Amino acid sequence: MTLTRRTFPGFAALFSMPFAWVLLLLVVPYGIMISVGFWTRQFPLFYPDFQFGNYAQIFSDPQYTTVILRTLKIAALVTLGALSLGYPLAYFLVFTVRSAALRNLLYMSVVVPLWVSYLLRAYTWKIILGTDGALNSLLVSTGIVSAPLDIFLYNQTAMVITLVYIFVPFMVMPLFTVLDNIPRRLIEASEDLGVGPFMTFWKVIVPLSLGGVIAGSTMTFCLAFGDFVAPVLVGGPDGTMVANLLQTQFGAALNWPLGSALATLVLVIVLVLLQISSRLDTAGRVELT
Amino acid sequence: MHALKWWQRGMVGFSLAVLAFLYLPIVMLVLFSFNDSKVTSFPLAGFTLHWYEAFLANQQMLRALWNSLVVAVCATALSVVVGVTAAIALDRYEFPGKRLFQNAILLPLSLPGIVTGIAMLNFYKQIGIPQSLTAVVIGHATALLGVVVSQVMARLAKINRRQLEASADLGATPVETFRRVTLPTIRSSIIGSALLCFTLSFDEIPVTYFLTGREVTLPIYIYSTLRRGITPEINAIGTVIVAVSFVLIVLSVTLLRDRDQS
Amino acid sequence: MTSTPIVALERVAKTYGVFTALHPTDLQVEEGEFVTLLGPSGCGKTTTLRLIGGFEAASAGRVRIEGEDVTERPPYRRPVNTVFQDYALFPHMSVAENIAYGLSVKSNNIPKAERQARVSEALAMVGLEGLTHRRPGELSGGQRQRVAMARAIVRRPRVLLLNEPLSALDVKLREGMQVELKRLHRELGITFIMVTHDQTEALALSDRIVVMNAGRIAQIGSPSELYDNPATPYVADFIGATNLLDGQVIGRDGDEIALRIGGGTIIRSRRGTAIPADTKNVILGMRPERLLPSAPDVANTLVLTVKENLFHGDRLRLELTAEGIERSIFTELPRTAVAAVSSVDPGSSLVFHIDPTDVMVFAGEKNP
Repeated sequence: MTLTRRTFPGFAALFSMPFAWVLLLLVVPYGIMISVGFWTRQFPLFYPDFQFGNYAQIFSDPQYTTVILRTLKIAALVTLGALSLGYPLAYFLVFTVRSAALRNLLYMSVVVPLWVSYLLRAYTWKIILGTDGALNSLLVSTGIVSAPLDIFLYNQTAMVITLVYIFVPFMVMPLFTVLDNIPRRLIEASEDLGVGPFMTFWKVIVPLSLGGVIAGSTMTFCLAFGDFVAPVLVGGPDGTMVANLLQTQFGAALNWPLGSALATLVLVIVLVLLQISSRLDTAGRVELT
Repeated sequence: MHALKWWQRGMVGFSLAVLAFLYLPIVMLVLFSFNDSKVTSFPLAGFTLHWYEAFLANQQMLRALWNSLVVAVCATALSVVVGVTAAIALDRYEFPGKRLFQNAILLPLSLPGIVTGIAMLNFYKQIGIPQSLTAVVIGHATALLGVVVSQVMARLAKINRRQLEASADLGATPVETFRRVTLPTIRSSIIGSALLCFTLSFDEIPVTYFLTGREVTLPIYIYSTLRRGITPEINAIGTVIVAVSFVLIVLSVTLLRDRDQS
Repeated sequence: MTSTPIVALERVAKTYGVFTALHPTDLQVEEGEFVTLLGPSGCGKTTTLRLIGGFEAASAGRVRIEGEDVTERPPYRRPVNTVFQDYALFPHMSVAENIAYGLSVKSNNIPKAERQARVSEALAMVGLEGLTHRRPGELSGGQRQRVAMARAIVRRPRVLLLNEPLSALDVKLREGMQVELKRLHRELGITFIMVTHDQTEALALSDRIVVMNAGRIAQIGSPSELYDNPATPYVADFIGATNLLDGQVIGRDGDEIALRIGGGTIIRSRRGTAIPADTKNVILGMRPERLLPSAPDVANTLVLTVKENLFHGDRLRLELTAEGIERSIFTELPRTAVAAVSSVDPGSSLVFHIDPTDVMVFAGEKNP
């Protein structure tokens, strides 16, 4: 229904509350955060201002640039890892499992862990990888190693493993949907025309599943990029990520303007990624009739 | 079941391995929650319910648990009320800025929670709302709007417009039509998204981290405990949370699926 | 003394942005009539029906029902009910609940006991007793159609609007339902306004037909009026089929007009009296079944060559070409007439005669 004089009162009655809520409690906060990024800090207070000093600091101070680049790297590794584990799993569920009931059951069992406290799932790797954790004790008690190894925990590898573990279900969901939507007759047509299962996979299935790959990868990358739990629980001294920097700026360091600028930077990076992803998605979109 | 080719068998093996990988840590958690030892190592020391007793005696933890429940219920209620209203308005009307509004609602779900948390902290500071559970409730409700709006809108879009016209044709006012035709149809989406909201709010960390004051929620309590070192009670409460989450999710999905028979 | 029409449209128009779905239109429907709005997709017939029902707001003009101006009123305040094209039954309610819906609304609250009785009455009328507790999802197309009808008539409206009520049914079922509709109309004694694109349906059921084209009314009349005296070439070819040819006026003689068509043949018509005196270019209309085989030396004949013949059971449909005329000409011969003809194989040359009173004449040139 388009807005006309007659329909507007009904619209206003319905929409004014959500609109006010979203404007005041969602849009304005983000706006304020962006503007505080331009304030100056004169210990112990901050003053409204319009200066780029905070951004200059972020981009010039190696402390910050290293962390930002490291976070990008880790997020990329996690995305790749989740994709390598998630894609075969999704493929298996859609194409190899014959019974629909079994498929749904297995799919549910992949998705359910997602909703089980994120914190706990990260925590479980701490108890597995620690020096007196499950893995080490298993290795020692079976005699594979003589003493517990401390290489498993408190490093970037541990972070990547933990985050991959957390994000595999995130990856499987869109992949499952997109693979499930590929009409079986396209695959039958491909095989009918003499192309074997392996090449059919590369030439038919993969291109048609790219939408899901993009969706899952974008979501995983963005969420991994902003994570602060994994570094704290399983990361080491060289494991600080952007989110931890933000924690500090709003905590002990008490530098809200710098923190807001950094948060705005994260916001921009994520928005750009979302835009690219959505462009890629619409550009490659194919109508499956 | 016909024979699988070699690479398909490899697939099966690999996939089962991934599934095992997904559940292994959770199994560990449950296992060690009953383990009579302060450290989470093999071999297992013996069955005990000691950790469960400890967590039930931990007043701080119980208080945090209670806070989490209250926050989740309030945030879900708010989210549902605002979200369903928004979904109906978005479904029914075309207006300038509609796209923008929809994107704004979905923004907190795509951004790292920490950014949303910071934005809200900044804002509440400006308008004088102190860090507190109230701030957390409002923060959660706002961040989770996208969950409700997207689910309810999707369901609304599938309603046959002609049914709404038929209802009006038969004499029902718009309010009656909503109550007798639209609402029964979207009821399962509302309940499903409410359950989802509840779970997400209960487990929320980044936004909560910035908005809590002296009263904390359970995840925040666990988080601060973890920073100090591992206490095995965490395993116990972890197992309980796992069990409850399983139940809630299965409930939510079965509800969403069964009702969609129209 | 003329009675007030039960439904009246006064200069009603509907535009969507730059697109005009309905040009300013006047229409009067008398009480108790069965009126059909007929035309191809996009002609404005559905828009007109929806304007009467209140589902579209008129861009201009007034809509009156029982004499009252209802233009500004929403559907739930108009004394009409609609049977929708895809039935629009409520899937989460049983058949009985669907039908009783309109009896339990605030504006029309009927006591429970009476509701039951009326629902049963409506079900009996459409022939669906015994299905009260089923859900729409469990019914066949034909059954759903009847439920939709019952739901609309249970409120005892003075006017029933039907939007392509039979289009979703398959052919055999449709023919049966056509008879049902006519019976229902007679038994209920109310006004029916139906929309359809199927001209045979319109001809079979209606008291009057409103033929529409591109947002305007082309002609209104009873089925026989429209068939025998179409006002425009469009109507002539939409109701039944007509061969339309360009022609020039070459002479008049009393009530007879002489026309030259392509190839030089002269055809006389007794139906050109309405054509203005100085008109040069006209369109001739000849119905296929009026072109009959004849001997070559009779007046008003055409020499045609067979291009295709199509067997239609009791008739033979011929596609023929004539020298100087680009379009094919179609004729319909009953099987009995075929015997009298030398040959109907492609390539044969046949002579056809048409009576001057069967040659329709319209002013203007045919659009390509």
